[in-house]
Amino acid sequence: MTGTKERRDALSRSAARQLLWLGAAGTLAFAGLLALLGWAASVTGGGAVAGDAIDFEAKAITTSIRSDAPQLDSSRSSDVTSNMILSHALEGLLRYDGHGGIEPGVAERWDVGTDSATFYLRDNARWSDGQPVTAHDFVFAWQTAVDPATASRYAFIFYFIKNAEAINNGEMDRSELGARAVSDRVLEVEYENPLTFFEKIVPFFTFSPIREDFYLSRNGRYGADAEDLLFNGPFKITRWVHGASIRLEKNPAYWNADAVKLNAIEFAYITNDASARLNLFQDGRAVDVDYLPAESLEPILKQRFPLGQFSDGSVWYLQINHRPGRPTSNYHLRRALQLVNDRDELVNKVLKMPSYKVARSFFPAWLKGEERSFIEEYPPRESTIDVAEARRELELAKRELGLDVISLVLLCDDLPVGVKLSEYLQGYLKRTLGLDIKVDRQIFGQRLEKAFAGDFDIALFGWSPDYDDPMTFADLLASWNLNNYGRYNNPELDEQVRIAQRSVDQRVRMQAFGRIQDILFDDAVILPFYERSVLYAQDQRLRGVIRQRLGPYLDYSKAYLVESP
Amino acid sequence: MFSYTLKRLIQGVVTVWFIATATFIAMHAVPGNPLTGERLTNDRIRANLEARYGLDQPVFDQYLIYMGNMLRGDFGLSYTQENRRVNDIIREHFPVSATLGVLAVAFAAFGGIVWGALTALYRNRLPDAIIMLLVILAISVPSFVVAGLSQLAIVNLNVFFRAPILPVAGWGTIWHMLVPAMVLGLSTMAYMTRLMRSSMLEITHADFIRTAQAKGLSPTRIFLKHQLRNAVLPVVTVLGPAIAAITTGGFVVELVFAIPGLGRYFVQAVQQLDYTVIMGTTVFYGAFLVFMVIVVDIAYGLIDPRVSLQ
Repeated sequence: MTGTKERRDALSRSAARQLLWLGAAGTLAFAGLLALLGWAASVTGGGAVAGDAIDFEAKAITTSIRSDAPQLDSSRSSDVTSNMILSHALEGLLRYDGHGGIEPGVAERWDVGTDSATFYLRDNARWSDGQPVTAHDFVFAWQTAVDPATASRYAFIFYFIKNAEAINNGEMDRSELGARAVSDRVLEVEYENPLTFFEKIVPFFTFSPIREDFYLSRNGRYGADAEDLLFNGPFKITRWVHGASIRLEKNPAYWNADAVKLNAIEFAYITNDASARLNLFQDGRAVDVDYLPAESLEPILKQRFPLGQFSDGSVWYLQINHRPGRPTSNYHLRRALQLVNDRDELVNKVLKMPSYKVARSFFPAWLKGEERSFIEEYPPRESTIDVAEARRELELAKRELGLDVISLVLLCDDLPVGVKLSEYLQGYLKRTLGLDIKVDRQIFGQRLEKAFAGDFDIALFGWSPDYDDPMTFADLLASWNLNNYGRYNNPELDEQVRIAQRSVDQRVRMQAFGRIQDILFDDAVILPFYERSVLYAQDQRLRGVIRQRLGPYLDYSKAYLVESP
Repeated sequence: MFSYTLKRLIQGVVTVWFIATATFIAMHAVPGNPLTGERLTNDRIRANLEARYGLDQPVFDQYLIYMGNMLRGDFGLSYTQENRRVNDIIREHFPVSATLGVLAVAFAAFGGIVWGALTALYRNRLPDAIIMLLVILAISVPSFVVAGLSQLAIVNLNVFFRAPILPVAGWGTIWHMLVPAMVLGLSTMAYMTRLMRSSMLEITHADFIRTAQAKGLSPTRIFLKHQLRNAVLPVVTVLGPAIAAITTGGFVVELVFAIPGLGRYFVQAVQQLDYTVIMGTTVFYGAFLVFMVIVVDIAYGLIDPRVSLQ
């Protein structure tokens, strides 16, 4: 095709006409296609729902969430999104107050002893269809959760109640559960063992009520869709398009509806892409954004959005494999690792998340002891960095193990923090101790499976609390706990866990936890790294949002809007 | 013609069966199962879950049960979204992916043909060099980068005009689809541009072009009537598989633009080892792909008289 310029003059009239027709037909076809696809978009995936982040007239907010709820049957849910949604839509006997305490829910008063508890239900608590919430609804929900046929992952949280474990094991009928409706408004609970903190467990979402007649009428689909649920909480789920959006609207039947200021909450975007969620926030499409990664801090600070943070209560640590035959079953090797565990550098120079705190112990700083914080009352042993001493310990370990070179498998996840941490540890342990670290990066499920199977030497893990008592951490390393991935087995530690489980004397319990804390250090059982906090940014015209470590991580039920911040 | 179609369809069914079996074997070979979770405090809870989902049965029995159900068109219940049927997941989310995919394919095909023809027309000159550079970029830059950057561009655009020109993410109108569709179709467009360019150049030297020139036809007419029409055939060939690949969803695009399509479920299912969703989506995609290839082969025979269907 040379000489195009001269030939362009020769453009014949018919060719020009043909070009024009072609162009016109193409444009028309494209416009038609767009119209057709626009229609298709409006009828698929729930259609268009999203408005502005804040709608003052409608008293509505719009935001994004990281994942969809897999399903919303409270007896079976186990993920944080379901917990958050259900805590808006259902109300248990007691609620988390957002300041680490509890407040009345369906129960207006309660009498919690060390052997049993009695809850007195308010007479104006109603389901969204107008029927009263009764003690029977709680008994049914709890029996359902421990029923082996339900196969609830959270069945264990009921084990504090008499016969719950036996029912879950299929050894007793579900009607034997130690929770009884004395009348419609009085619920009595008997414990399996003496217990001091039952009121701290009851706000957990698995304790929410389920009404038997409605549950049975759904033929096994209870919680599958918005219409397969009844609500007794501050909000109702009015629209749930799987994978696309969840809409909550104020529940007029809620007994405390006057205290609920928002009329609607639209979770309009579901994506766990952090920068997409940040873009939605910056564009005014989402009222807030949480779980901000380290990389997004700079742009967000540059635009002067105020950052907030809340502790999610979790402690992240190096899980060590204690199974016989593993090099890490050798105390001197573990001690060497402990002597170079430079948590300051790890938190401040490697992870660089301003909200992360150095963990001084496996028991996080927020846990309460008798009066003050647990680690104030029972200070953990000071861990000093001593590379020379660590090398001596390593030599001892090598001699005892009969190895010249020690190489360890480090199991971790494929998320940004896990990648960063594992790369750091690999270089750091090579530099300080000359250890060869093989990083085994796995996605969530495979990582857990390998951990269960003991297919690792050291692994990065975190543990989040289920209730507000040191026990939620203390029994993790008991020999019978399946989440004790390293299979640490120390009768002395087990004994202390049992003492704390059986005693109702807070001093005795705290001393036992203090003893466990010392064992974890003295035997270098695990190496604590950091306590995690979540960073978030929020439109300043939205107030009163509760973000907390126990219970739903996010609670809009007391939130309200102000016109000018 | 009829016997050819029938033969291809039977081959297709065998292919899909093979895909299903291979997927079944592969996913059971991966350590763990969909019930693995962080809160499994005792063996009993785990056993209760396995019994509920039939995972306590031998793998071969599970295979037979699964295949039997699949023949009846039942892909089963999802493990991770415990009350949802896989059929419902495909039925609700595939139309979203397909809608987006059609636009992406339209962008890719239209752009590919236009850019490809242009580069051939301006061979070895500046427009050719620029377009081919962009083509190489479009093929080699991963889609999560393109998706992220284009979303950031939308935010800046809206900030610049102080008005919502385009939605940042979400679904529901044609405006939500424009940018995601372009990102989704980008690499296919680039591929088609290259294909179009080479097939155009091949034809430039063909005898019938020389004949047309000798007849004294105008270059535009030669270009439209003789070159373009013949050069577009190879592009049609790759269009079939491309439609199947694009309409079944771009995981990254759906994630970044918060689009409730099937692609996200497909990838999530693999990450969570959700057996039934993996099987359902793989078999569905596989069948769709095989079907599209057959359709293209048949269409090709109809378009090009040199190809006979036997």
